[in-house]
Amino acid sequence: MINLPKKDRLLYKTITVALAGNPNSGKTTIFNNLTGSHQRVGNFPGVTVESKEGFLRHGSYRIKVVDLPGTYSLSAYSLEEIVARNFIIHQRPDVVVNIVDGGNLERNLYLSVQLKELNVPLVIALNMADEMKKKGIHVDCAAFSRFMGAAVAPTVATRGKGTDKLIEAIIQVTEGNFARQDAPRVDYGPEIENELEKLSGLIEDQKLIKPDVPGPISSRWLALKLLEKDAAVTEKLQGQTANPAFQEQLQLSLKHLMDIFNEEPDTLIAEQRYGHVHGMYRGMVSQGLPSRVNISDQIDKVLTNRLLGLPIFAVLMYLTFWLVFTLGERPMQWIEIGQGWLSQRVMLLWPADSGTLLRSLIVDGVIAGVGGVIVFLPNIVLLFLALSLLEDTGYMARAAFIMDRLMKWVGLHGKSFIPMLLGFGCSVPAIMATRVLDNRRDRLTTMLVLPLISCGARFPIYMLIIPAFFPQSQRAPVMYAIYIIGVVLAVICAKLLRSTLFRGELAPFIMELPPYRLPTTRAVLIHMGQRSWLYLRKAGTIILAVSIIMWAVTTFPRLPAQKTAGLTAPQVRQVRLNNSLAGRLGRGLEPALKLMGFDWKIGTALIGTFAAKEVFVAQMGIVYSLGEGQVTAPAKYKESVNSAAKQIHSPGLSATGHLRDRLRENYSPLVGFCIMLFCLIASPCVATLAAIRRESGSWRWAALQSLGLTLIGFVLTVAVYQIGHLLQIGTKTV
Amino acid sequence: MKDEISLCDLAPGEQAKIIRVLGNGLFKQRLLEMGLVKGQLVRKVKLAPLADPAEFVIKDYHVSLRREEAQEVLVARLP
Repeated sequence: MINLPKKDRLLYKTITVALAGNPNSGKTTIFNNLTGSHQRVGNFPGVTVESKEGFLRHGSYRIKVVDLPGTYSLSAYSLEEIVARNFIIHQRPDVVVNIVDGGNLERNLYLSVQLKELNVPLVIALNMADEMKKKGIHVDCAAFSRFMGAAVAPTVATRGKGTDKLIEAIIQVTEGNFARQDAPRVDYGPEIENELEKLSGLIEDQKLIKPDVPGPISSRWLALKLLEKDAAVTEKLQGQTANPAFQEQLQLSLKHLMDIFNEEPDTLIAEQRYGHVHGMYRGMVSQGLPSRVNISDQIDKVLTNRLLGLPIFAVLMYLTFWLVFTLGERPMQWIEIGQGWLSQRVMLLWPADSGTLLRSLIVDGVIAGVGGVIVFLPNIVLLFLALSLLEDTGYMARAAFIMDRLMKWVGLHGKSFIPMLLGFGCSVPAIMATRVLDNRRDRLTTMLVLPLISCGARFPIYMLIIPAFFPQSQRAPVMYAIYIIGVVLAVICAKLLRSTLFRGELAPFIMELPPYRLPTTRAVLIHMGQRSWLYLRKAGTIILAVSIIMWAVTTFPRLPAQKTAGLTAPQVRQVRLNNSLAGRLGRGLEPALKLMGFDWKIGTALIGTFAAKEVFVAQMGIVYSLGEGQVTAPAKYKESVNSAAKQIHSPGLSATGHLRDRLRENYSPLVGFCIMLFCLIASPCVATLAAIRRESGSWRWAALQSLGLTLIGFVLTVAVYQIGHLLQIGTKTV
Repeated sequence: MKDEISLCDLAPGEQAKIIRVLGNGLFKQRLLEMGLVKGQLVRKVKLAPLADPAEFVIKDYHVSLRREEAQEVLVARLP
C-alpha cells in the first residue's frame, strides 16, 4: 500500500480503478502511462500471482490503479482469471477499465462482454487506435458505448495518446455523470434463458445474494456460472445452501441442455457469447481498405521461416547470452574492484596482524556478503533489458513457437528454452527468467532442474580439476562430458517431475503470436528498474544473511591465539579452518564422504560451495595451506577461462598449479571426476536458492531442490566412484 | 460428416470453417475462449521449423497450436 500524508487523505477523494484486459492488449503500457513511476509490485494475497498497483492524482481525486493479471476470459480455469474475477467481485473497484486491443477487436470483446455481465461501472480504453487505422478498421465509438453501457476512450498507449481522456472518462463514470443506458444483455437463446430464469429464481428465493456484503453481483450471473459448471461458484453456493430443490434444479437444467443440444452447456454458452460479440462487432465496425501491407506478417515470414527460423533464433539467443553475461562482465569487475578497495580500507582501520573478530566480520562477512549480492546486479539489469526487448517486440512467442517441438519432448513449454540457455551463465538470472512461463507447473519444473545446467561458477572447479588429473588429449572431452551430463540430468529430472509431482491435465499450448511491435524505452526502463529493485530487496537480503552465516561457520569456534603462535600465515588459516564448524562438519561427514572417495578436506571445501560454487577452489587452497591470496577463485566466467588457459600452458608454476600437484598426489582421477560430478549436481548455491524462494513464493521448493539435488548428487557420485573403483577405471594417476 | 477433417490435415495457406471442438474441461474452454468456436473461419499459415506446432489465423489474430490440440478441432475445408 502506498501511504499518503494524512492531510492528503483528508483533501482527496480516493477511488479504486482496476485494469482488466487480454495479454498483449497494452494493459501494462496504459498502467505505466496512468501511474508513471508511482508503482508497487507485490503479490495478490495468498497466491503467487503478481499484483501491481500505483496511484495518480487528478483534480480532487486520488486514484488508486490496480493492474489485474492479463486474461482472455473470466472463467475460473486459471489462477490469473480467478484472481482478476475475485478482485472485481469482492473488492468492488469504483471503476473497471477494460483495455481492448483495437487491432484484434473481436477476440478482445469476449472478455469485455464478461466484464459487462459482472455489471460493474466500466470504462473501455480502445487501444492501438493507430493499428486499427492501418488495418482500415473504423469503430463507431458511440455505438460501442451503447452496446457496452460503458464510456469509451480511444488510446494509443505506446505514444501516450488518450491518457487524459481516459482519466476524464474514469472520473465521469465515478461521479455518475455518465448516463449508463441499459445495454443489451447477452441473449443465450430461449432454452438456456429458460434455465437461467429457473435457477436465478431459486437463488433469489433463498437470498443467496446479500446486498450489503461485497460478493456476486446478480442472481443471473450466478445462475450463468452454475450452468458453465464454474467450480469456484458452484462450490461456494453449495456451501451456502443445503436445499435439495436447488441441487435438483441445477442437475435437471444441465441434463436438459445436454439432451437437446448434445453439447456441454459451457460450450453452448461460450458459442452464444461469441455470437453476441460478433453481432456487436458488425454493428459498430466498418471495414475499409488497409492502408498498407501488414508489416508484422512480412517480418514473420522471415523470422519463423522453415529454413531461416532456426539460424536466426540461434543468432538472437547468442546475442541475448552475450548481452546478459559478456556485457555484464565489466561492471561486475568494477564491483569486485570496489569491494576489494573497500575491504582494504576497512582492514587499515585495525593494526596489521590483530585479526580481530569485528574486522573479520566486516570484511569477510558483511562486505563479502553485500558484494556477493550486488555482483549479480549487472546481470539482472541486463537480463531484464533482454527479456523486455524479446517480450515487447513479440519475438518471445516466436522463440517458443520455434523451440516448442524440442521442449515438448522434455515435457516443457517452448518458452522454457530461454531460461535453460541462461542457466549456462548463471542460475540466478535464469530462474528470474522463468517469469516468461505462464503455467505454474512449467515454471516450477524449469526452476527446479535449472541448477543442473553447468553455470559459470562451476567452471573454475572444472578448470582446477581437469588439468590436474587428465592428460591434454582428454581434457576437452571430459569438459564436454560434464556439461552434457548436466543437460541430460536436467532433461531426466524434468521428465520425472512432470510424471510425478507436476502431473495432471496438460495445459493446452494455445499461444497467441502477437504482432511485432516496437518496444517503448519507458516501458523497458520501468520493467528493468522494478525487477532489479525486487531482486535487491527480496533475494538480496536472503543472500546477505546466509553469507554471514557461512562466514560464521568457517570462523567459529575460534582458536586461542597461543595455538597459532609461531605458524606461518597460510598455516594459521589452515588450522583455523580445520577447527571451525565447517572443518568439524567435514570431518564428521567423513564416513559418508568416503563412499564417494572424498576425504574430510574435500568435505570442508564442499561446505564452502554452498555460499558460491567457485569457493571450492579457494577453500581447497586453504585446507592444503597454500599461501594466502595466492589461490583464489577466479571471480567470473571469462576471467577464469583466461587464467585457467594460461595455467594449462604453464602447469605447476602458479599457486593453482601447486594445488593441482597436491591434488594429484592425494587423489585419483576417479576422485577428481567425482568432485566435479558432485559439485555439478549437489545443492545449488545460496543465491540460487534465494531466487527460487522468491520466484516460487515458498521456501518449500528451495528446500526440496537443495535436499533433492544433494541426495541425487550423493547417490550418483557414490555409484560412479564405487563402480569405477571396482572396475579399476581412473584409479591410478596418469 | 463427409468433409470433416481436423486442423492438422489442413495444408499451409488453406482455409476452413470450424464444425466442432472435441475434448473437454480446461482444454476445450481454452480453445473456445481463444475464439475457436463453431462457424469460425480459420486459416493455416505455416508450420514451425521443426514441423510442430502450427500457426493459424482466426478473428484477425495469429495463434500457435500443437498437433495434439489442432487434432481436436474438426473443420470443413473451404475452397
